[in-house]
Amino acid sequence: MDIWNILEYAAWALSALFGALMLIDLVKVDTTFDNDLLTSSREGEIEATAERHTI
Amino acid sequence: MANVTSTAAPERLQLLRVLGPAHVWALGVGIVLVGEYMGWNFSVGKGGMIAGLVACWVAGLLYTCVAMIDSEVTSTVAAAGGQYAQAKHIVGPLMAFNVGLFLVMAYTMLEAANAITVGFLLDTVAGMLGHSGLNQKPFIILAVMFLAWLNYRGVLATLTFNLVITAIAFVSIIVLFLSVQFGGSAVPLDFSAITSDPLPYGWVGIVAALHFGLWYYLGIEGTCQAAEEVRSPARSLPYGTMAGIMTLLIAATLTWYVCSGLVPWEYLGQAGTPLFDAARVTGSTGLMMLLFVGTTFATLASANGCINDASRAWFSMGRDRYLPSWFGAVHPTYRTPYRSIVFLVPIALIFALGAPLDQVVTFSILSGLLGYTFMTFNMVMFRKKWPLDTIKRGYVHPFHPIPALLLLILCATAYVAVFLGYGTQLIAMMCFYIIASLWFHFWRYRFVKRGDQFTMPWPRPNGY
Repeated sequence: MDIWNILEYAAWALSALFGALMLIDLVKVDTTFDNDLLTSSREGEIEATAERHTI
Repeated sequence: MANVTSTAAPERLQLLRVLGPAHVWALGVGIVLVGEYMGWNFSVGKGGMIAGLVACWVAGLLYTCVAMIDSEVTSTVAAAGGQYAQAKHIVGPLMAFNVGLFLVMAYTMLEAANAITVGFLLDTVAGMLGHSGLNQKPFIILAVMFLAWLNYRGVLATLTFNLVITAIAFVSIIVLFLSVQFGGSAVPLDFSAITSDPLPYGWVGIVAALHFGLWYYLGIEGTCQAAEEVRSPARSLPYGTMAGIMTLLIAATLTWYVCSGLVPWEYLGQAGTPLFDAARVTGSTGLMMLLFVGTTFATLASANGCINDASRAWFSMGRDRYLPSWFGAVHPTYRTPYRSIVFLVPIALIFALGAPLDQVVTFSILSGLLGYTFMTFNMVMFRKKWPLDTIKRGYVHPFHPIPALLLLILCATAYVAVFLGYGTQLIAMMCFYIIASLWFHFWRYRFVKRGDQFTMPWPRPNGY
C-alpha cells in the first residue's frame, strides 16, 4: 500500500464525514425549527425594506 | 437619488447580505476561469490557430453583451435566482420555470465536469509519480462533498475561499505570460503555423471552433445569483460582473497567445490541460508547479461557484412554489438554502460518476446557450415595458438594442456549431425541456401563489 492508496481511503473517509455533517445538521434543524419559519424567506424583502424604485 | 426608507421587518429567515463586489467578481470569474485551463483548446483542434483566436474574441463579444445585459437587469431585479427572477417579472411564469431549469442544469453539469477534472488531475499527478490506476471516485466525491459542505456553512466563507483561489489561478496565467515573454522559457514562442497553415479546415473550421470558444467565458452570468446576498446590489453586481468579463477577456487572450506560441496546434487541439502543458514545455519546474496549482484551484473555484448558483436557482423556484416549497428553506444559523444544497449533491454525483466528460460539458453548454437566447428578448421586453425613465437602474448598458441583437445572432451561430458536433444531445435536451414545461403548465403551476411571485416594487408596465 503506497501513499496514493492511503489518500484514496482518506478521501472516502472525508467524503463520508462531510456528507454526515450536512445530513445530521439538516435533520437537527428540520426537527428543531418550525417549517413555516424555515420557509419564511420572501423574495423582494430587500427591495421592500431598504430601497424603493423612485427616481 | 433613491429614497431610502426602513421599516421593521417581520420575523423571517432571509439570506444574509454580506457580499461585496470582490465576491461577485470571485463568483463569476471563479466559475469560468477553469475554461482557460482546459476545454477552450478544442477550438484550435477544430479549426487551427486562427480559428481558435477568432473563437476567443467572437465568444468574448458574445459574453460582453451577456455581461452588459445582465448587469442592467440584475441591478434592478435584485433577487436570488438571477435570470429566473428576471424572467418571472419580465416575461412570465413558464419562461421563468424554464430559465430556472437551464440555470440548475448548466451549473450542476458544470460542477460534475469539474469534479471529473479533479479526479483526472490527481490521476495525472499519480501517474507522473509512478502510481498507475488511481481510483478517481473517492476524490471526485470528496471534491463535491467538501464544497457542498462549505456552501452549506455560509456564503461569506464560500466566496472568500473562491476569491483567494480564483486570484491565485488568474495570477498564475499572468506569471506564465510574463515568464515566457521575458525569456523564462527554454522554447521560444513560435507562431509560424499562422502563415504556413492558417485555416487547415477552411472557414467552416471557424464555425466549428466557436462551440469551444464559449469555454473561455461560460458562466460569467452566474454573478446574478448573488443578487440577494450582496450588500449593495445596484452597485456591486454591475461592478463585479463588468470587472469579471474584463478579467476573462485578458486571461483568454493571454492563454491563447502563450499556448499557441509554445505548443504545436495539432497537439494543443487535443490536450487535456493546455496551460499546464505549456508550462511543461517551458522546462521550468516552478512554472509547472504553479500552473498545476492554478489548474486545480480553477477547477475547485468553478465547482464551488456552481454549487452556490445552482442551489440559489433551485431555492428560488422552491420559494415561489414552482417546485415543492420544501426547497425554499433558509438555514436558521448559516442563512443558506441548505436543503437545496444537499438535494443537488447526489444529482451532481450521478453525472460526475456515471457520464462521460464531453457529454456532461455539452449538456452544460446547451443549457447555458438556451439561457443566453432568453436574455436577448428579455432585455428587449424589459426596456419596452419599463423604459429608462420609469424605474431606477444601477447600470444602463449602452447601444440598446445592438447588444441584444448581436447576442441573438451569435447564439444562433453557436447552435449551428453545437449541432454540427452534438446534434443528438441538442435534440435530447430540447425534448427534456419541453416535457418539463408540459409538467409545469398542466400540473405544477396550480400550486403557485400567483400574486405573491411578483415582488419588485415597480410601476405598472407600459401597455398594461
